[in-house]
Amino acid sequence: MHIMEGFLPATHAAAWTAASAPFVIHGVRSIQKTVKENPEAKMLLGVSGAFTFVLSALKLPSVTGSCSHPTGAGLGAILFRPTVMSALGAIVLLFQALLLAHGGITTLGANVFSMAVVGPFVAYGIYRLGQRLNLPLSLSIFLAAALGDLFTYVTTSCQLALAFPDPVSGFMGSFIKFSTIFAVTQIPLAISEGFITVVIFNTLAKYSGQELSLLNVFHKKEEVKA
Amino acid sequence: MSKFSLRSNILLIVAAVLLSAVPLFMSFDVPEGKELFTGSDDQAEAVIQEINPDYKPWFQSLWEPPSGEIESLLFALQAALGAGFIGYYIGRVRERQKLLGSETGKNLSLYNQ
Repeated sequence: MHIMEGFLPATHAAAWTAASAPFVIHGVRSIQKTVKENPEAKMLLGVSGAFTFVLSALKLPSVTGSCSHPTGAGLGAILFRPTVMSALGAIVLLFQALLLAHGGITTLGANVFSMAVVGPFVAYGIYRLGQRLNLPLSLSIFLAAALGDLFTYVTTSCQLALAFPDPVSGFMGSFIKFSTIFAVTQIPLAISEGFITVVIFNTLAKYSGQELSLLNVFHKKEEVKA
Repeated sequence: MSKFSLRSNILLIVAAVLLSAVPLFMSFDVPEGKELFTGSDDQAEAVIQEINPDYKPWFQSLWEPPSGEIESLLFALQAALGAGFIGYYIGRVRERQKLLGSETGKNLSLYNQ
């Protein structure tokens, strides 16, 4: 999902930066507030950041014969709020842009928007919906993380198709081309990310349930007292 | 960790490993001169050049890892730092729970029902 440095026209780069900025700022404020009210959450914030750090470094082979990486943004979005991941994701993407020449400064806004805004919001939305529909907790977590990951790559495909519409078939033609590369490759990876997120959530629920309860992660009250 | 969730965690990890391992043993039609398992980010770059051959990137990375080895070093470092922190945290809370007895774990039994 990393759009390479300089590969978005300046107007698009500026527009995506403007679109992402409020989420990142809200996320930074939200982190400050969470840490103040709930100092124990600091370590879990670290875990959420670390999880994205690991997963976005792993470029995995996929059934399309190309490689891509998961994003790890679903976990933090579920534990905290989606914008918290906007801030953490922006840090990870900045690190990769500066030290790995992966992504870029000019495309940072667009990459933050796909990985750290759309991904976490989709994940959080699906998680809440799953809880409301009384789905088993692991299933909600799995669907949230997997779809958050997938929609990050759908967003990247949209961003590239908007910037580079096909001369003949226009936006849709381009979108199909880019999403064949990104979204199709991503399907098995998104499933893997879903599995791994369930594993880490399982483990956190087992050993850090108190912190998770303080963060109101379990929205179904009746289950908590069980 | 209860037996059930330990077992399901192991199964989930095995499934995730398989999802990545299976593609390595699949056969693909690789066009002449093309490499298999390249990054999707680079492929997207190629499609951009194909759609709009006149497009020139207007900004270059400020710094690039001087070689593929250095790049993989940095990626490995990134993963190691993240995994190290997660491992440290889980070790810490696991020990904490042991020391405090299972009191802290009581309200999280939704996984062990």
